[in-house]
Amino acid sequence: MDAFLASPAGQAAITVGHALAILVPLLIAVAYVTWAERKVLAAMQLRKGPNVVGPFGLLQPFADALKGIFKETVIPTGANRLLFLLAPMITVTLALIAWAVIPVADGWAAADINVGVLYLFAISSLGVYGIIIAGWASNSKYAFLGALRSAAQMVSYEVSIGFVLVTVLLWAGSLNLNEIVRAQEKVWFFIPLFPMFVVFFVSALAETNRAPFDLPEGESELVAGFFVEYSTIGFTLFFLGEYANIVLMSALTTILFMGGWQPPLHVEPFTWIPGAVWFILKTAFFVFLFIWVRATFPRYRYDQLMRLGWKVFLPLSLFWLVVTAALLKLTGWLPA
Amino acid sequence: MLAAIAFYAFAAVLVASAAMVVTARNPVHSVLFLILAFFNAAGLFLIAGAEFLAMILVIVYVGAVAVLFLFVVMMLDVDFARLREGFQRYAPIGLVVGAVLFLELAFVLWAWSPAPEAAGLRLHPNPGAEVTNTEALARILYTDNVLLFQAAGIILLVAMIGAIVLTLRERPGTRRQDAAAQIARAPGETVVLRKVPTGAGLRVLGILRPPPAEEPKPLPEPEHHGHGEGRH
Repeated sequence: MDAFLASPAGQAAITVGHALAILVPLLIAVAYVTWAERKVLAAMQLRKGPNVVGPFGLLQPFADALKGIFKETVIPTGANRLLFLLAPMITVTLALIAWAVIPVADGWAAADINVGVLYLFAISSLGVYGIIIAGWASNSKYAFLGALRSAAQMVSYEVSIGFVLVTVLLWAGSLNLNEIVRAQEKVWFFIPLFPMFVVFFVSALAETNRAPFDLPEGESELVAGFFVEYSTIGFTLFFLGEYANIVLMSALTTILFMGGWQPPLHVEPFTWIPGAVWFILKTAFFVFLFIWVRATFPRYRYDQLMRLGWKVFLPLSLFWLVVTAALLKLTGWLPA
Repeated sequence: MLAAIAFYAFAAVLVASAAMVVTARNPVHSVLFLILAFFNAAGLFLIAGAEFLAMILVIVYVGAVAVLFLFVVMMLDVDFARLREGFQRYAPIGLVVGAVLFLELAFVLWAWSPAPEAAGLRLHPNPGAEVTNTEALARILYTDNVLLFQAAGIILLVAMIGAIVLTLRERPGTRRQDAAAQIARAPGETVVLRKVPTGAGLRVLGILRPPPAEEPKPLPEPEHHGHGEGRH
């Protein structure tokens, strides 16, 4: 057995096993995030939500997925066929491959790489391509306008996300996600970095095109924005990508600010619970926040969105970066 | 073995997509091939062990620069027929410029040989196994070359401010939103509660604006444009 595992075929089998161990629970989680969103929104609006397919409507996401797959695919005549089909695939692939570096518990990451934070930042900045290619390839006004809005929005909010990441790195002293979580053993970073925590969460909303920053979809003026021409499987893939990104951003907030797999206190009743459970609980909390925000806030106007990104978040995160660096240097808390 | 296969795969796709950037008819396809070329260059960096450079290449070039390229190219109304119109006329000049560049590169490569101590360090970007790639880069950048690093930053800052100064245009008479003023407004300044006696109109009491003095003109009589004359 050991000889097989050491051979190239065995190594390949281990890698495939890692990938499946991440992707299968992730896809099930994504299915139930869509269900949870409909249930939570319904509860906040005094409705019942899905309750017909299966007990408590638990089979609704699978029914929706099957419907999306088996209906007839329509490709517009004027569309660029190759790019039109490629765009939803890019979106889903990017949302899934980011999970390779996420540590669910101590050392439980498929790829424990040195530059984990940069990898995640790179992947999240590529997300815009799925949207902008979809908008252009559809050859439709509404889709294109949605894609342009989305490109401007995601590039703007990435800038402040970058500065927030640098601030966290100053405290952690490493680009490795495992190391960042271990650095939070004494104090979770959302306490010393509370303003950056808020900036990061709001930018994550903008980066995933969620309400109140869902202008790329803007159904009241752009019909459905960049995916207006997509039906069936293409639409399903965009849907899947959006929710996988929500879970990813929640997991990233957990890792950077809420101590990842660490229990709140390192004392008896908390340490009985395994790290993975803490991680999942914290991530689920942030997913709930995403849904709560959607039920609460009206959509931003485009100029307000740009003002918030460039004139509020960017100076604030830059200022806090300088303050953090000075504080760590003067107090000698700078990690080695 | 595996690294060699990966190297040749990345290198082949890189060269092929770079060729497609200049030969593709549709500019949008050109930019997409450029993005593919960036990706493969990042892959080559990864094989060489420079993971920090690989990630920065993807973040900066693919994540920001190429998005703006794509943004602009997609909005251009490109007339493909006119693009190829001047090909015959400009081809000789292009060929001459290309030949000069190629010759210069050939001379440089001919005369160039790496320093003996650098040749031994090829494909070993880290000074030792205990230091990560990012740390090794920072040790050079923030110690020996800190002045150059700061100078590069200042040049970029000046370029950015210059671009803003050149394009910022304050048009008089436009109405702008002042978020601070809106938030600072108290309800007492904006809402007035009045007692209105029963039966008295708001306009009569002077609370609403009086009706406009001039009644709007009735619509002009429709003119006859000649059609249907035969029916009179």
